[in-house]
Amino acid sequence: MPELLELRGIGKTFPGVTALAGVDFTVRAGEIHALLGENGAGKSTLIKVLTGVHPADAGEIRLAGQVIRPGAPKEAERLGISTVYQEVNLVPSLSVAENITLGRQPGRLGCLNWRAIRRRAVAALARLEVECDVDAELGSLSVALQQMVAIARALDTSARLLVLDEPTASLDEKEVAELFGIMRKLRAEGLGIVFVTHFLDQVYAVSDRLTVLRNGQLVGEYATADLSRLALVGKMLGREVSAADFTSHAAPPRAAASPVLAARGLSRRGAIAPVDLSLSAGEVVGLGGLLGSGRTETARLLFGIDAADGGQISLKGAPVRIDSPRDAVQLGLAFCSEDRKAEGILPNLSVRENLILALQGKRGLRRALSRSEQEQLCSHYIAALRIKTPGAETPIRNLSGGNQQKVLLARWLATQPAVIILDEPTRGIDIGAKQEIEQLIAKLRDDGLAVLFISSEIDEVVRNCSRVLVLRERRLTGEVAGAGLNSESLMHLMAGTHEG
Amino acid sequence: MKAKSPIFWPLTGLLALVLLNAVHDPGFLKVTLLDGHLYGVPVDILTQGSRTMLVALGMTLVIATGGVDLSVGSVVAIAGAVCAVLLQGGHNLAVTLAAAVGAGLVAGTANGLLVARLGVQPIVATLILMVAGRGVAQLIVDGQVIIITHPTFDFLANGFLLGLPFAPLLVAALYLAAHLGLRRTALGLFIEAVGDNETASRFAGLAAARIKLVAYLFCGACAGLAGVLAAANIRAADAYRAGENMELDAIFAVVVGGTALTGGRFVILGTAIGALLIQTLTTTMYNLGVPPAIAPVPKALLIIGVSLLQSDKVGRWLGGLFGKKAAA
Repeated sequence: MPELLELRGIGKTFPGVTALAGVDFTVRAGEIHALLGENGAGKSTLIKVLTGVHPADAGEIRLAGQVIRPGAPKEAERLGISTVYQEVNLVPSLSVAENITLGRQPGRLGCLNWRAIRRRAVAALARLEVECDVDAELGSLSVALQQMVAIARALDTSARLLVLDEPTASLDEKEVAELFGIMRKLRAEGLGIVFVTHFLDQVYAVSDRLTVLRNGQLVGEYATADLSRLALVGKMLGREVSAADFTSHAAPPRAAASPVLAARGLSRRGAIAPVDLSLSAGEVVGLGGLLGSGRTETARLLFGIDAADGGQISLKGAPVRIDSPRDAVQLGLAFCSEDRKAEGILPNLSVRENLILALQGKRGLRRALSRSEQEQLCSHYIAALRIKTPGAETPIRNLSGGNQQKVLLARWLATQPAVIILDEPTRGIDIGAKQEIEQLIAKLRDDGLAVLFISSEIDEVVRNCSRVLVLRERRLTGEVAGAGLNSESLMHLMAGTHEG
Repeated sequence: MKAKSPIFWPLTGLLALVLLNAVHDPGFLKVTLLDGHLYGVPVDILTQGSRTMLVALGMTLVIATGGVDLSVGSVVAIAGAVCAVLLQGGHNLAVTLAAAVGAGLVAGTANGLLVARLGVQPIVATLILMVAGRGVAQLIVDGQVIIITHPTFDFLANGFLLGLPFAPLLVAALYLAAHLGLRRTALGLFIEAVGDNETASRFAGLAAARIKLVAYLFCGACAGLAGVLAAANIRAADAYRAGENMELDAIFAVVVGGTALTGGRFVILGTAIGALLIQTLTTTMYNLGVPPAIAPVPKALLIIGVSLLQSDKVGRWLGGLFGKKAAA
């Protein structure tokens, strides 16, 4: 097969950090090439060099034999390199058609040719065999459909290379399968596809070859079929991994202790039908279900983000009112949102300020933590959670996703909560950090916290929880615990029995 | 690599402008002691700039929450009108001052409720009072310019304390108090958090709406007090001209001082320097005999200059330029 893209000896340094050092990367036409590595391995930087976001300090990029130096994403796009980023980078208030053609609308003399815009959008979506109203406002679509629109947009140009940066992070299994179908179709058309992901299953499901990076350096390039899963994990982590690392963290279910947090008939129209649930101290309870099944909605009701229409929440046996996150925090609840960027971090503030925010909010305005108390908290949590940061004063936006997530966990742990709700705590972070976070959850449980664990990865739920509540189509459909708790029984409940 | 202090460029601009003046007119920096009071151009700049500094102080907090308050100029006019009517009506100074600052607080409450509770865009919400407020001020003084004859009131803007001009001293004290109030409590952090990511701050348990309301209240109070100083300065309440374009000067001062209009991190000291920079420029133009009609042009040039210097892109470009030179 011809070499479509060749990167040779790429180097990139940011102030204080060497992000890439002499990395080679080759993609052939008509292949799906997975790019793998832990957080901070340099995947994102490599993609950004390739797509013209950051110029490389060293090395050379060849596309179909020609040396290219993309200085801006638009230039890379013109050369035939199209990118779909991890977070959908579209305009929610514009229509699907406008989003697909934005920045390259057909028309003359500053006037738009609306008919051509719609036609091109319809054609772009038809190529992907996606059914979607091109006049619909983008923001009204599901995240999965938005992702498809983003891909349609990327392919609207004469793309030769498609870069998918964690495209599956917010998709459910069926949607992932659809996406893979589209990727295979494009591969057959002769496109080169770079596929960045954290899900090893998906690497083996769809990729032909893969490249592994670690700490900004190339570990190697392999044919996917020739590399066992265990060996791949070893390459990514830079150590041999024993099967023990993937063992269950779940503790046996406890005898019915009196619950710390209990909800009866908690509901909100359009979001979730009445739900009963209870959490005991020292217990990790899973909330499972497919995307859109009402998991996050339930968490938002518990934490007072959305107002419940009905139901009663009680804490340690006493009924409580939770009308806002502020109420929830005061009562000893904590909530790590699934959307780290929009609902978690304060991007321009320091790690220190991000870390102490919830505790300071709980203490109130007047009882300000002294600078030395703040620094003590930071050094404690940076060490305890092994947060990789140049220092406590670094803006949190400079940290990798996994480390941002750890800072947010630390933000909540600092408030010494009785109950912590973790919504997709391992989304978009690498295996190493994932394991650390899972171990941390087990430790929190042993320390007597009640943990509500939300995840769309079934294996992860099975590994971490002693009891799982399953939601389907916005209602609670079942609960499994003990011996009955395995991925098969969960999938049964998630999908509805007829599919089991 | 250590980040440059946010006040580096505004301070450089201010010093450069002062230097330019000193070269043009060696008497510019001369300060004399007359009857135990300090006189001179620098003293004038401080005195005349004190009102903008005060309004910009409040504006800093509003901008840090990600908002803006366009109504401050009108609030200055309202507060001045309140002072005139009460003082000429025979009320004592304490009542008058309380009423003027109270008027500012009422304005701040209106702005804050619209923005924080009802979710109106800050520009729109405060534009309402910017337009309506001047009408309110006219109503209070019944369309007249009211002359104020009250020696103690006059002292606020034109008096001297221990040989130093009183108004700048008062404003400096307020800056110090604001700094302590913001940094000794968690209020500064909360305002920066809400400005940087309001949703995340709310989810972390902060009362985001209340924090924004506090910023608008503070801004209103500052504008009210600036209205007192403005009226005392000209010994009259001019509902038509008082505080005219002051919202723009205040926003300029904040932005030039290193606080981004997008909210988040704020720099109080930078705001003070920014306000002085603008006042120095105004005074410079008076001294150079630039006609008032074209005075906004140099002001605009200065603001463009300082803003460009603060931009990352230009900084990199300049860095590249000098880097190359150094290498050559």
